[in-house]
Amino acid sequence: MATATFRIWRGSPQGGRFEDYSTEISEGMVVLDAIHDIQARQANDLAVRWNCKAGRCGSCSAEIDGQPRLMCMTRLSTLPLDRPVTVEPMRAFPVVKDLVTDVSWNFRVKKQIKAFNPRPPDAQDGSWRMLQEEVDRVQEFRKCIECFLCQDVCHVLREHHLHEQFVGPRFFVHIAGLEMHPLDTEDRVPELRQAHGVGYCNITKCCTKVCPESIRITDNAIIPLKERVVDEFYDPLKKLFAKLWGLV
Amino acid sequence: MAQYETYQYDVLVIGAGGAGLRAAIEASAAGVATGIVCKSLLGKAHTVMAEGGIAAALSNVDERDNWKVHFADTMRGGQYLNNWRMAELHAREAPQGVRDLEAWGALFDRTRDGRILQRNFGGHKYPRLAHVGDRTGLEMIRTLQDHGVHRGIDVHMECTVITLLKDGDRVAGAVAYDRERGRFRIFQARAVLLATGGIGRAYEITSNSWEYTGDGLALAYEAGAELMDMEFVQFHPTGMVWPPGVRGILVTEGVRGEGGVLLNKEGRRFMFDDIPELYRNQTADNEEEGWRYTQGDKQARRPPELLTRDHVARCIVREIKEGRGSPHGGVFLDISWIRKRLPHAAEHIKKKLPSMYHQFKALADIEITREPMEVGPTTHYMMGGIHVDADSQMSTAPGLFAAGECAAGLHGANRLGGNSLSDLLVFGKRAGTHAASFAQEHGPTRIDLEAAEASVRRALRLFEGNGQPALGDGPYRIQQDLQETMQRLVGIVRTEHEMLSALEAIEQLKVRAQAVRVSGNREYNSGWHTALDLPNLLIVAEAITRSGLERRESRGAHFREDYPSQDLAQGKLNLVLRKGPDGQMRIERRPIPQLPQPLQQIIDEMK
Repeated sequence: MATATFRIWRGSPQGGRFEDYSTEISEGMVVLDAIHDIQARQANDLAVRWNCKAGRCGSCSAEIDGQPRLMCMTRLSTLPLDRPVTVEPMRAFPVVKDLVTDVSWNFRVKKQIKAFNPRPPDAQDGSWRMLQEEVDRVQEFRKCIECFLCQDVCHVLREHHLHEQFVGPRFFVHIAGLEMHPLDTEDRVPELRQAHGVGYCNITKCCTKVCPESIRITDNAIIPLKERVVDEFYDPLKKLFAKLWGLV
Repeated sequence: MAQYETYQYDVLVIGAGGAGLRAAIEASAAGVATGIVCKSLLGKAHTVMAEGGIAAALSNVDERDNWKVHFADTMRGGQYLNNWRMAELHAREAPQGVRDLEAWGALFDRTRDGRILQRNFGGHKYPRLAHVGDRTGLEMIRTLQDHGVHRGIDVHMECTVITLLKDGDRVAGAVAYDRERGRFRIFQARAVLLATGGIGRAYEITSNSWEYTGDGLALAYEAGAELMDMEFVQFHPTGMVWPPGVRGILVTEGVRGEGGVLLNKEGRRFMFDDIPELYRNQTADNEEEGWRYTQGDKQARRPPELLTRDHVARCIVREIKEGRGSPHGGVFLDISWIRKRLPHAAEHIKKKLPSMYHQFKALADIEITREPMEVGPTTHYMMGGIHVDADSQMSTAPGLFAAGECAAGLHGANRLGGNSLSDLLVFGKRAGTHAASFAQEHGPTRIDLEAAEASVRRALRLFEGNGQPALGDGPYRIQQDLQETMQRLVGIVRTEHEMLSALEAIEQLKVRAQAVRVSGNREYNSGWHTALDLPNLLIVAEAITRSGLERRESRGAHFREDYPSQDLAQGKLNLVLRKGPDGQMRIERRPIPQLPQPLQQIIDEMK
């Protein structure tokens, strides 16, 4: 059986280093399988976060040969195995241990986004009527598995650390899903401009490239949200009308 | 004594899948302080994997559907061992559960007139499953999670409960450790609600992740509560069989609902070969009728691929055993054949089954619109669990509630697909309501600090000797040996002889688990966590095996080669387990209460 070498980052918040592990590989294996073999046989205390092993839960995000990916969906057959495969934690988040990062910031951000607020029900039994086409428009955003790879790759967070001023691509997808929800009545546009900092995004589309769910984050979520901000706050005609007649 | 943090809640919910979140939302809506403890990050629990949909008699697609039909279907699927009161409540309240989700932002696929669309599923007489493509579970958990976080519920993520604390007879709190630092937390609560899900990790081939080690069942058992129906483990007929790393991962029943057929290596649709008497009247006897059913023809009967999961799994095992399996030890599941029936079949498949399309393409290099999948049975769901009161979901230990997969009763001997998501909504809500009232009606609890400290000491003892195990093996090895034992000896087809050997093996594994030691430090140490989960898995494995031995008949998911038929007398009782005063597992036959006349009448009418 063939073997491959994995150069795995081992460490803590205080620092760490890469360590090489060789393990047997077989057809169809993914990176997470190799990590599990190494954990079971060579390094029982190797820290890795995972759950579903099928690309649904978004737990096993890491950087594989420098690329933000899900370990469970990265097949070894797609990687060059003549040199060590590097596996390291997402670099935009603080390390907890080895491959595990502290992603709690994302959960705090979500709490700050205005919740879904539906229009009154359309029917007596408290239900609504919607067309499939209306639903289809937002399904793309609701596919998000919260793996936070888009947050990891976004330079506003990764390099500029603007976590306090910018919610990141994941939450623009979330907000787009709410803003374009056929039933929602809330207005999140003022926050988008201010607290959520949509203006910091300069559309490099790095997030779109790494999304394992192929959500067109930049084109379908962020740009339309930017347009809403522009329409609401920077439309000169609207501004003039607002001034003259107190309309918003 | 190691350092620990303490927290106080009125209701402490353990587990953050669909049941835990739904319960926490309801408890917090009742105005009590609610905390959630969960083993993983929020939104990662196995509810996220549910594909097919939520069974609820909304009757949006077929007006003949109503709660009575759903009730009768559930009872028939469970081979009448179900707690009938739970089956009734479930069927009556599931539609409101779906409407609640929609009110919180869930977006289901729609009918032409804009209502929630429903699809066919195994064992359901009419199209009944509200769904979002094949990612219904994601829609559900995200909706509950997002709704929950705005309610001010405290969430302790990546935190695992190891012991329940008691105040006299009453359950009064819990001891937990956090994964990140390995520090202990002590929770004091007026009511504790278990929603810890399944036990899949007791088996080698499973659709469940590392989390599902039967924690809730073991915690309840150790706290003196009863377990029930533990012989009924659902093996889902269609898990992936190749590549090895994904063996066991689920392939939704929705594939068959959309017209997918099961074939052996000779290309024969073997499901037509064996249709059980109980379902003969409802099952198509030719391919044409089966196809019409999947396309919404209300006059057609369902194809045999949509028979109950226990039966389909056994038929697949039969084909494999008799040498008619696929190259990697499964059978073929083919949806691509619908090309012959539908224009734009490839687009249709991608639209209806996007996750399956992606899963096979990415993990197995299989293009499901053009070629068949290889599938085989995988350990999927525990019908049994904590014995609860139907209306309140309180266990036999006062102050301890349970909902969802870790609770027993609704599904009897076999669960219908789609009935787990509705279970979570209906009984999560009920458990939340009743746990909150219990907390309001009963005073504060006193925590037994000595018991808490003993629990912490037990957990830390695993580090003694710095990882030099007394018997030379580590926690992963013991877990694997247990999984192999259960897979081989207490699987889909069981015999007394094999289950007795399993019991012996479990006893030896207990000794090894006692002696196991781990290396490294307390921070995010999977070896330590695996060792801490072992006693739970062992309790579950023993409970499954003892119940399996005691039920000397074949019914639902429990199939005995040495007792291959049903036994009328045993069909009137549940098996109940609890920890005896001597620390040994006690098993008791408990007669099922007489079905009230109106419910009996529904069942008779629907036969």
